[in-house]
Amino acid sequence: MSETKCVHCGADCGNSPVIWDEKPFCCHGCKAVYQILDQKKMGQYYEIQPMSGIRIEKGKETKQFAFLDLDEIKEKLLLFNDGNTSSVKLFLPGIHCASCIWLLEHLNTLHQGIIYSNVNFPKKEIYITFRNNEISLRQIAELLAAIHYVPEITLDQLEEKQKPSANRSLLVKIGIASFSFLNIMMYSFPEYVPGGHLLEQEFKHVFGWLSFVLILPVVFYSANDYYLSAWKGLKYKVISIDLPITLGIIALFLQSSYEVFTGNGIGYMDSLAGLLFFLLIGKWYQSKTYEALSFERDYKSYFPVAVTRILNGAEEIIPIKSLKKGDQIIVRNQELIPADANIVKGIANIDYSFVTGEAMPVPKNPGEFVFAGGRQIGTAIELLVEKEVEQSYLTQLWNQKSDKDEESRLNNTINNVSQYFTAVVMLVASISFFYWLMNDTPGKAVYVFASVLIIACPCALALTIPFTFGSTMRLFGRKGFYIKKTEVIEQLYRTTAVVFDKTGTITLNREVTINFKGDVLSDEDIQQIRSVVRHSSHPLSTTLNDYYRDHEHITISTYDELPGQGITAVVDNLRINVGSKAFVLGEPENEATTESRVYVGIDGKCKGYFSIGNRYRKGLYDVIPQLSQHYKLHLLSGDNDSERNNLREIFGPEAELHFYQTPTDKKAYIKKLKDEGFKVLMIGDGLNDAGALAESHTGISIADDVFSFSPACDAILESKRFGQLYHFLAFTKKSFGVIRSSFVLSFFYNLIGLSFAVTGMLSPIIAAILMPVSSVSVVAFATFSIRILGGKMK
Amino acid sequence: MSAIIFLIFLGILVAGGFLAAFIWAVRSGQFDDDYSPSVRMLFDKDDIPSIKPESETDEKNEVTESEEQPDRNQ
Repeated sequence: MSETKCVHCGADCGNSPVIWDEKPFCCHGCKAVYQILDQKKMGQYYEIQPMSGIRIEKGKETKQFAFLDLDEIKEKLLLFNDGNTSSVKLFLPGIHCASCIWLLEHLNTLHQGIIYSNVNFPKKEIYITFRNNEISLRQIAELLAAIHYVPEITLDQLEEKQKPSANRSLLVKIGIASFSFLNIMMYSFPEYVPGGHLLEQEFKHVFGWLSFVLILPVVFYSANDYYLSAWKGLKYKVISIDLPITLGIIALFLQSSYEVFTGNGIGYMDSLAGLLFFLLIGKWYQSKTYEALSFERDYKSYFPVAVTRILNGAEEIIPIKSLKKGDQIIVRNQELIPADANIVKGIANIDYSFVTGEAMPVPKNPGEFVFAGGRQIGTAIELLVEKEVEQSYLTQLWNQKSDKDEESRLNNTINNVSQYFTAVVMLVASISFFYWLMNDTPGKAVYVFASVLIIACPCALALTIPFTFGSTMRLFGRKGFYIKKTEVIEQLYRTTAVVFDKTGTITLNREVTINFKGDVLSDEDIQQIRSVVRHSSHPLSTTLNDYYRDHEHITISTYDELPGQGITAVVDNLRINVGSKAFVLGEPENEATTESRVYVGIDGKCKGYFSIGNRYRKGLYDVIPQLSQHYKLHLLSGDNDSERNNLREIFGPEAELHFYQTPTDKKAYIKKLKDEGFKVLMIGDGLNDAGALAESHTGISIADDVFSFSPACDAILESKRFGQLYHFLAFTKKSFGVIRSSFVLSFFYNLIGLSFAVTGMLSPIIAAILMPVSSVSVVAFATFSIRILGGKMK
Repeated sequence: MSAIIFLIFLGILVAGGFLAAFIWAVRSGQFDDDYSPSVRMLFDKDDIPSIKPESETDEKNEVTESEEQPDRNQ
């Protein structure tokens, strides 16, 4: 079977591609986009980067944007509106290539009402200016969705306006520091060359004062983060690395200012400016983040922005915030249940896999209670809201915040080292001070004291972490493992216990293994079964339909779907029944089975059943044995224990397997492990893991599409990289080796510097050479070591 | 000698000018997106035949006009 690739998205078209304009498409969705673009003569989209279109997965096509007509929501989304023109920024997770930029920036060809559109690629955002009387916000969203760039509009986007990028102020700080550094270096230069002392006194004064003026913005603006951080550390009773840096900056500044004011020279201004320049570069390197990824999401980014309410028999769309207890709402196929509610009308079939971890949809009847967060599959249902969104059982659980960020920021290697470091430096400085006080003038003693603080300023030490971890983070990012902050790498390194979630984490969400048990099915039988199930939106039906997608389907004459039971239809004059055991055989359900079974009856005869089970992620069989050698493994599943034996085999006898775990249980379990002294790494995927991810030392969330929703976590792992998990963890050990070596290197420089300082021989030229050399060599060592080690990584 | 002092101040002035330009560039968001401009410059401006030919001219005007709008709104 030769593979035909879809012109739009490049996916395999299967046996029966959709043909239009003599070109093959994998589905009607892709063809529709091609038609829109072809009609507007925008075929260039397919030339810039061929087959780069986005495919919308089946069952996800229905996205409603009616809520964008509500003034309340519009007002919050629009950045600017003068009555005639408006502008808006939308997050489009689909943006991924040059073709996307081209198409999205030519939106005005698709619709006259759009004046201007501009893409921010790293943030995956589009900025659109449009004429209000020609196109509405809702129409824009629908237009974008029609070309498969579905905008993601979530509740938390509405609540907070975009915050200005912190990166910008850091860049300004670096700019100022480099400006001062380069100029001051020029003024200091005459002092360092032979014959510098011949320089006229007047020049010395001018250079000194100029340097003093230029250093002021560096000391008082560029460096202010260090003072703040050192102060914060002290408040938490931690001596952070920023404290000795701050001490060094103050000593350098005071000593140099003293020399300028007394007319003795220009002191160490060049070293001070240079040092801050290097430190800020390190900060910038470390702060490089994945802007389009969000690590802070809670239920607000998962929940819909608006719901359909029924009031006096009429449907209306209201913002979810106005939803009150006692409201009656409609939840359609594939929509989320926004609040804890009772079913009033319709048969619910709720997919809780994301919120509780149950793999299979749960049927519910009118009168039964449903929790917020489940996704309805099937026909629309009417619900009576019992609790407001904020008070719902699960939202309350997700709202619990942890303060681990602050903990990990302060309680890390560099700060532990810096405690001893600061103590030793202060000791050396004091001893030298008293030695010189007794053997020389007080002036000399103060000078030596300041010199020790200056040269011991742990610039090289402070640069080690940003550059080693920053490089590691970039390396991981290229390999599909996205880390929120560099501190996370250290947490990964310290991990002693690994906890897995089951549904969606080690099993695949959409793919399943299907086995048929019973008679052998002929091709004809399969054809008939497929023809029946393709009409149903029940997850098991779509699963079977997908499984047999290479078989032809034929027209059926009658069709009846009994929710929660099965489907009955007539094909080729044969009655086909597909559904539960009770429905097909008339016998009661066997209580003991926990796997999903679909029974098939053809012409009154039961053929057997399909057993549909989870399929484990590729690489699970490799990764678990690797991990179990080094870590204690745990499995927490919200699902039933039907797979206990399989999982026991994979995880080995040592691992702890727990089933029927509620989100609260999972969180408590992590807490227990922490109390026992384990450093816990939690790997999960859904909202049911959110509490556990937040509670653990490191929470990794696993995602098929890293740009779509994932619960709040410290790192996001692309699901196809799951098999490499062990290699990532192992690499953090190598990163730590590099850090240790860099520490040794920078201590060595400090030792040389200190020998000059305590003997009272630290001249500005020695500082000016030693400081940059130590910084640059440490940075180079850290970056290149990680590169070389990373090159060997699979 | 006064020439040297003059030159030094001139030097600061020039460098200060570049610093100001850099700060302006950062503030106006030119460093926020370091990928799209590199792609954007390769697109031809006139390769899409406009659907309504008469609107082509004022469309272009609007594009240049509105190019400043991202700054205004930030």
